[in-house]
Amino acid sequence: MQIPVQGFMYPNEVELQWSILIVLYPYITGLVAGAFILASLERVFRVEAVKPTYRLALLTALAFLLVAPLPLQLHLGHPERSFEMYMTPHRSSAMAMFGFVYLWYLMAVLLLEIWLDYRRDIVLRSQTGTGWKRGVYRLLTLGSSNVSERSLRIDERLGYFITLIGIPSAFLLHGYVGFIFGSVKANPWWSSPLMPIVFLFSAMVSGISAVMLLYMFSTWVRGQRIDMRCLDTVARYLLYTFIIDFSLEMLDLLQRIYEADESFRSLDFMVHTRLWTSQVIIQILLGTVTPIALISLTQVLRCSDTARKQIYAVAGSLTMVGIFAMRWNVVIGGQLFSKSFLGYTSYKMGFATREGLLPAIVLMILPFIILWVLVKLLPPWPESASLSESDAVAVHATS
Amino acid sequence: MFKDGEHLIRLAAVFALGLAAFVILRAAVVPRSFGQYGHYRGAAIAEIASRPIALAGHVTCESCHSDIADQKKLGKHVVVACEACHGALAAHAEDPTSVQPKKLDTAVVCARCHEANSAKPKWFPQVATADHSGGIACDTCHQPHRPKIETGKSETAKTEAEGKK
Repeated sequence: MQIPVQGFMYPNEVELQWSILIVLYPYITGLVAGAFILASLERVFRVEAVKPTYRLALLTALAFLLVAPLPLQLHLGHPERSFEMYMTPHRSSAMAMFGFVYLWYLMAVLLLEIWLDYRRDIVLRSQTGTGWKRGVYRLLTLGSSNVSERSLRIDERLGYFITLIGIPSAFLLHGYVGFIFGSVKANPWWSSPLMPIVFLFSAMVSGISAVMLLYMFSTWVRGQRIDMRCLDTVARYLLYTFIIDFSLEMLDLLQRIYEADESFRSLDFMVHTRLWTSQVIIQILLGTVTPIALISLTQVLRCSDTARKQIYAVAGSLTMVGIFAMRWNVVIGGQLFSKSFLGYTSYKMGFATREGLLPAIVLMILPFIILWVLVKLLPPWPESASLSESDAVAVHATS
Repeated sequence: MFKDGEHLIRLAAVFALGLAAFVILRAAVVPRSFGQYGHYRGAAIAEIASRPIALAGHVTCESCHSDIADQKKLGKHVVVACEACHGALAAHAEDPTSVQPKKLDTAVVCARCHEANSAKPKWFPQVATADHSGGIACDTCHQPHRPKIETGKSETAKTEAEGKK
């Protein structure tokens, strides 16, 4: 397959080595970090209004975190070799160290926090449930069915402590992804000390937006009423983080334009040609300015509940597309120009190939399937918690 | 306190078991010589050194094929090592009569370097082989060891000019 090339490219630049799967990697990791930070708002910063999304945010973070390494493993082609990263860790490799950041976040933060938060429900379900599910719950109790007030208070305190550690860990997780790109000093499109911070805020934007959409969708599916106070608060936090994220990106752009180093003309040409649609139209206009304007409208104008819900749904969906476009423009955009600054190549995406569109779609659907299983196993809804109240009384009465 | 924190002790035990399993697994799968010299298996050096030598090197080739070496000196392929095109031939150098290299298909071998590609520098000789020769072997027109087809200038003049450089 001939790849259309314009101008001069070095031989190893013609074909892109990092495909759409590498676009998915920061996108999915960002959703994890963002969803967790939304959950921590309730736990640490006591934003009571977002409580209905707390557990959903944690489960969303877990579902996406489990899928986060898969695009990398599919891209590398030898998934079994990823374990060598743990067996013989290479401390000078930024990518190898990500394995430890990932493991820390999965094992020491997310799984622990979910387990502690759900432990009471798990114990109750292990005593009232039936069939294979009961077996799963019994396994998850680790053989301890103590749900006394004191033990739950210990869980609460420990959970709070883990969330405290979790916030910098979530920052580290996605800041690290930004660092991996930002530290490639040979690539002027990536090399920027602002990269980890921009990635972090865009992660918060995408995570908050994803949980907001999931909350609206799941409430609608269950035929329940949306808690508008909660939704308004989540949307407001989305707006705040979005404004910071956009400001940072614009600062980065200003800096690049004013500094105008030797790469500037080449990158500027790329943005005005090959990246015009994905960067200017989709990422900036549709995926950033429009959602910020839409949510700002709800802050300024008095809108009905239905109108606000519709605006949030549209703004949230556009945000998800915009953040995906941002990852696309970073990963793919960074490989479209020659390091000689004299030429440009194109990205030809396959469909049913190992790194094509089809596996990318499957990888994006997979977290939702995992989330569905998690939600079935550990319902995050407030009414299931109140149902457990009566079960708890019954269990205490029988024990 | 102990009773109410029992589940945490169980949790810690699960983590400790996981850690122990990791340590045992690591001890079982990581080669003993790993890290002996650097971030690789130390024994790999001896293993690689014990492999039979595959490449003879152009000096060995030229000690017998001096006519070809003289031809090469006159063209740009002087910088290309013999085994870059002919493949590893240490076995042939060891026993020239019984181990005979296969004749190369120049339509394939030449295209490896000279197939047109926009990523290659403009000064590098390159052709779209489908248009240039249509699959005909390159050595029908070119002499692979001195590939430029001379037109006009006499061989002697050319040799003298190159000698002055």
